[in-house]
Parts: sequence; structure tokens; C-alpha cells
Amino acid sequence: MKVLIPSALRSYTTQGEVEASGATLASVLADLDRRYPGIRFRMIDEQQQIRAHIRFFYASKQLRDLAQPLDANGELIIVQALSGG
Amino acid sequence: MMAENTNTQHADHGAAGTAEQGQVLLLVATRKGAWLYHGDAARENWRIDGPHFLGHIISHLVLDPRDGQTLLAAAKTGHLGPTIFRSTDLGRSWSEAKRPPAFAARSEGATAGSALPGRTVDHTFWLTPGNARQPDVWYAGTSPQGLFRSDDGGVSWAPFSCINDDPQYRQWMGSVQDGTPDGPKLHSIIVDPRNADHLYLAMSGGGVHESSDGGESFKPLLDQLDVVGGFDRADPTFHDPHCVRLCPSNPDRLYQQNHCGIYRLDRPSEQWLNIGKSLPAEVGDVGFPMVVHPRNAETAWVFPMDGTSVWPRTSPDGKPAVYATGDGGQSWQRRDAGLPTSQAWWTVKRQAMSADPLQPVGLYFGTTSGELWMSRDEGLHWQCIARHLPEIYAVEAALLA
Repeated sequence: MKVLIPSALRSYTTQGEVEASGATLASVLADLDRRYPGIRFRMIDEQQQIRAHIRFFYASKQLRDLAQPLDANGELIIVQALSGG
Repeated sequence: MMAENTNTQHADHGAAGTAEQGQVLLLVATRKGAWLYHGDAARENWRIDGPHFLGHIISHLVLDPRDGQTLLAAAKTGHLGPTIFRSTDLGRSWSEAKRPPAFAARSEGATAGSALPGRTVDHTFWLTPGNARQPDVWYAGTSPQGLFRSDDGGVSWAPFSCINDDPQYRQWMGSVQDGTPDGPKLHSIIVDPRNADHLYLAMSGGGVHESSDGGESFKPLLDQLDVVGGFDRADPTFHDPHCVRLCPSNPDRLYQQNHCGIYRLDRPSEQWLNIGKSLPAEVGDVGFPMVVHPRNAETAWVFPMDGTSVWPRTSPDGKPAVYATGDGGQSWQRRDAGLPTSQAWWTVKRQAMSADPLQPVGLYFGTTSGELWMSRDEGLHWQCIARHLPEIYAVEAALLA
């Protein structure tokens, strides 16, 4: 599926729009990490929690669960939320 | 009014700063990136290399003294999780650690039924190269407090020793609310230059701890250290060491700037000696950094700050000054020549002051308001070499071959 990458993570992807595959948010992020090593840990911590200032949106809804099923035809949007100055 | 500046302690004049001594590289880590300042042979002119990682929060930037080439940077950003960047060409190119410091997903030290909650590294705060005989070993201290080690030069990191998930240590570490304003820190990781298995570390809060078995176990080293009035000195929870340094010229001597005074420890004694009481009452004996002389264990420097009332953490009365001792802390001399004489409300964080190994020793500090200051004569005279940087978190002075 198409994945939109925020500016803070483009040092990994070099572009704002990439492809990744998987049936859940977790598996899409795992595939992203295979393509762009290290990118997942910047978004998901070692307790498998979404980091404080990272948001995932799919079909106009915010995803809060890594087990959330995703459709390959959809578009995953990764957003860097406000984090202070 | 210029404060008293007695010159009873003279600089360590040997061979003057010459090209034969090598050139100083200053590694400046800030809240919004890192800068490298390359000094000329006289330490007069500084070539700026930076910013590196503009916008990243860099807590520490350290050159590996064992190869003189490898830099490690402890980084995070406002949005992303923490990582370590590594350069093997003095910052010309950087790559990210393959496995940055991260806690175990579940407590490994807890007994059944008392599982400790898993923790998340917010940022790596402190980096220490290993012993010279272990050229690929590095240690890292994190917030919240954790000890990590790399055996491959900083590429991959793993939790190290029992303390991260030991129920007793977890109790001493306290919660995020018990630490410094931007999170409790594990810092001042010290490797005995004579013995790679002999380690010290400090936790704010949580106290000073020692290992004699290569990190297999640690034990508190707190005797005679003070704590805030009303709390139990026997409980490491209430101890707040701000910075601990080992003297290279006498590895049996440690100096410590603590939340509650300045201390010295001469091993094998386990009793810290309070050496801060002779500082002027209006200045006080609270501060963050502690700097030791590379060749003379009697000489050390501190940077007092205002630790009264609500803890402003500014220079006392807006008059910044370094204080130096040349007699192991029996007496202290104010060193403020060249520093602002009034209305300077910055201070210096615990990693943001260091010494070079030249003769006379060069001293450097970075301020919370983004100024970089230096002295070529062991603190007798100061000059500002950079302004308008972001808040400075760490300054390391390294010598290039």
C-alpha cells in the first residue's frame, strides 16, 4: 500500500511517499523497517507502544492498535504530531 | 563590580600550547543540534563545523580516544524515538546505530507475581568509551535510568548488568516524577583506566554505585554524602549526584558535584569527604559540572549555581564564576576574569564543562543560553568563542593527533 512519510522520517526513505505491504499496521511497519532499517523504532517503542508524537491515519481514522487490519488498497498516513518548541 | 579573583593558584605552565601537543576539537551538543569546533595550535582560532543534526536534541557527543576518529552522538527529536548516530571520519559522514539502547520488553529481574513494568528509553543521556584494552566497548546511560553497553563500537546496544530490571535498583531509581525536570538520568559512567572490570556510575536520583566485577553487580557508594534535610541518608533513592569524575593522574581519587555539596573520595576509603563548605556562602556549593585536572589530582573546577529557594539554576546573583581548587578542595579560588560581571542568568549543565590535556590546561564550558567560553590558562582568564547557539547540553574537549 501507499504510505505517506512525514518530514522527520524522510532521512530514512528520502521521499514522502513509499510502498509497503502487510495485512495489519504492525506488519506494514515491519515491512517498512525491512526496506528502511531503523525507521520502526523511531515510531514504536520497545514496549510496542506508539510513541507520543507519532500518529497513524488510515481511511480518515486514527489507528491506535498495531493489530489493526489494513486493506492493501488503502493509504497509510504517518503524521508527526505537535511536540513543542 | 569584578569579584575577587585571587591568583594564588598558577596555571600548569610546561611546554606552551604548541603544534607538537596536537589540536583541540570541541564537541558541542545542544538542544537543537551539534557543532564541532576545531582549534588551531594556539587555541586562538576555531573553525566551525556544523550544525550537524539540526533540530535534533543531542545530549552527548563523544570522540573515541582509542582511535581518535569515531564519534558517537546521543540523539532524539521532538517527534521520534531516541537513537545513536556514529561517525568514523570525525563527522564527515554519519550512520545510525543498528540497535539503539532499548529496555527489555518485560522485566527479567522480577520474581513471579512482582513483575516490574517495562520501561521505554526516552533518550540516551551519557556516553562513555570503554577501557583502552577493550577498543570496541562503549557504555551508555539513559533517561529513565538504564545502563547499556555496546561491544561493537556503538553499532548495536544491549541492556547491561542487572540494574535495569533489578527490583531494588528500580526502587532506588524512582519514577519519572522523581528525577530532574526532563527525566531522571543515569550518568557519570566511569571505567577505571587500570581495570576494565572496575566501574562507577551515578543516578539523578539514585546515588553513586560501584562494580568490581565488570558490571555483574553494583553496590551503593554513598557514605557521608548528604541528602536534602529530613530524608534518610541510608536510602540511595534520596541521593542526587550531579557529576562524578575520576582523576586520570590518580584513579583512586574521585570528585563529585552533588545536589548537596562538593565531595572527594580517596579509595580504598568508602567515605566521601565534603570539600565544598569553604565556598562563599553567597555563592554556595551547588552546581552541575565537575572537572578534574588531567595531570594533577589536587586541582579541580566547579561552576556554582543558585540552588536556593525554588532552585533558579542560574549563576548566583547573575554573576557567573568558575571556582578552582589546587589543594584537593581545602580551599577554592574564584575564577571569573573575562566573564560577565552582572546580569548573566545562565548556568552550565553537568556535561557542559571540560578540560583539554594541554599545558597549561584549557578549560571550556557551554551555557544554557548558548554561549561557548574558554580559558587557555586553567581558568585565570576567560573569553567567549561562540554565541547564539541553542541551549548547550554537553561540551567535550578532545585532542586530535
